[in-house]
Amino acid sequence: MGEFLLVTVQVDMHDRLAMTLQEDLTEKIVGSHARGVLIDISALDVVDSFIGRMLGNIASMSRVLDAETVVVGMRPAVAITLVELGLALPGIRTALSVERGMELLRAGISANQLSVIEANPDDRHS
Amino acid sequence: MEKSKTESDARSLASLLARNQAQVLERWRSSLLADLASRGPAITESDLNRQSGQFLAALRGALERDNGASIQGSAWDQTRGILTEISREQARRGATSSEVATFIFSLKEALFGLVQTEFADDPQRMAREVWNTSNILDRLGLLTTDIALKSREETILRQQKEMLELSTPVVKLWTGILALPLIGTLDSERTQVVMESLLDEIVRTEAGIAIIDITGVPTVDTLVAQHLLKTVAAARLMGAECIISGIRPQIASTIVHLGVDLGGVSTKATLADAFAMALLRSGLGVCRTEPRRTSSGQ
Repeated sequence: MGEFLLVTVQVDMHDRLAMTLQEDLTEKIVGSHARGVLIDISALDVVDSFIGRMLGNIASMSRVLDAETVVVGMRPAVAITLVELGLALPGIRTALSVERGMELLRAGISANQLSVIEANPDDRHS
Repeated sequence: MEKSKTESDARSLASLLARNQAQVLERWRSSLLADLASRGPAITESDLNRQSGQFLAALRGALERDNGASIQGSAWDQTRGILTEISREQARRGATSSEVATFIFSLKEALFGLVQTEFADDPQRMAREVWNTSNILDRLGLLTTDIALKSREETILRQQKEMLELSTPVVKLWTGILALPLIGTLDSERTQVVMESLLDEIVRTEAGIAIIDITGVPTVDTLVAQHLLKTVAAARLMGAECIISGIRPQIASTIVHLGVDLGGVSTKATLADAFAMALLRSGLGVCRTEPRRTSSGQ
């Protein structure tokens, strides 16, 4: 979707699937020059510490590749579980729904671009 | 030999009861009614009459089937069932456990009287029958006490649960702004309920901002602070932002002295401040207009 990647998790994530997702996603970010990643986990109702850490990893990797990650649609039970596991995912931005996540990404990216333009007006063509 | 003897004794008690049931019931009722005067309005006379009739019939049935050495056998199922029902009913109406037990113990007088007149010529037999009867009634009495206490406990548990539900309302202040006024001490169990109802409400109303007001929380220690932070973290994971408001001066100093880090959470002194902040973040504002009287105000 434009400069964003949308990942929808439809099945229960097991460990291998999470690893595959992580690899695919990093390659896609590089391949498509995406500036934002939206992970929709509204269909996910079971999480463990590994999945929680994986989400954190994906966010960190995307940031290294200059893409923002927003996790959307987390269920209450999943949120409680993650907090009880001690995984508050401080590096991840969250939103209630896909639309709000999009807004968040757009706002973040336009702010970024604006600052780049202001800082280096000569680099505009690059 | 010994066993067959007790069996025949019990049988004779059963037949004795069968022959004199009406008379026993009459005496039992009169002693129950004598107690009733001192017991207050919890139990009425008609209730007692019904309950005593029911129980005595069941007791007789059980005695006919079993020798009564133990009241746990299947022959006593019905009797125990009826007694359970009666004890529950009495306990629910506010009778104390000793009052419930008195219901059974007052039957002693009537039954002993019966045994005494029947075996007046045979003192040994009489002593045995009295012992036997008293044994059965004691066990039944203990059973009623147990049941009465248990039903009390059930009531307490139910009330606790109701209080838990009553004390965690999530209210909508504006479109997209929720408030959670907390009143009373926060323990782990309550935090769980609070967290769940807040998160469910966030999903339902799609609210982006939740204000947690702790004006009614008497003390904040490290545990309570941790619970609050957990709730905030869970709401953040869902994509909603939390503001903690209603922090009193003493609580502020306690938090600082305990070294609790509330750095990542926005805090406000009053609910009004927090609401203003929430409006600001949602891009809303309040402006003054001409005061308008509502028609009902006149």
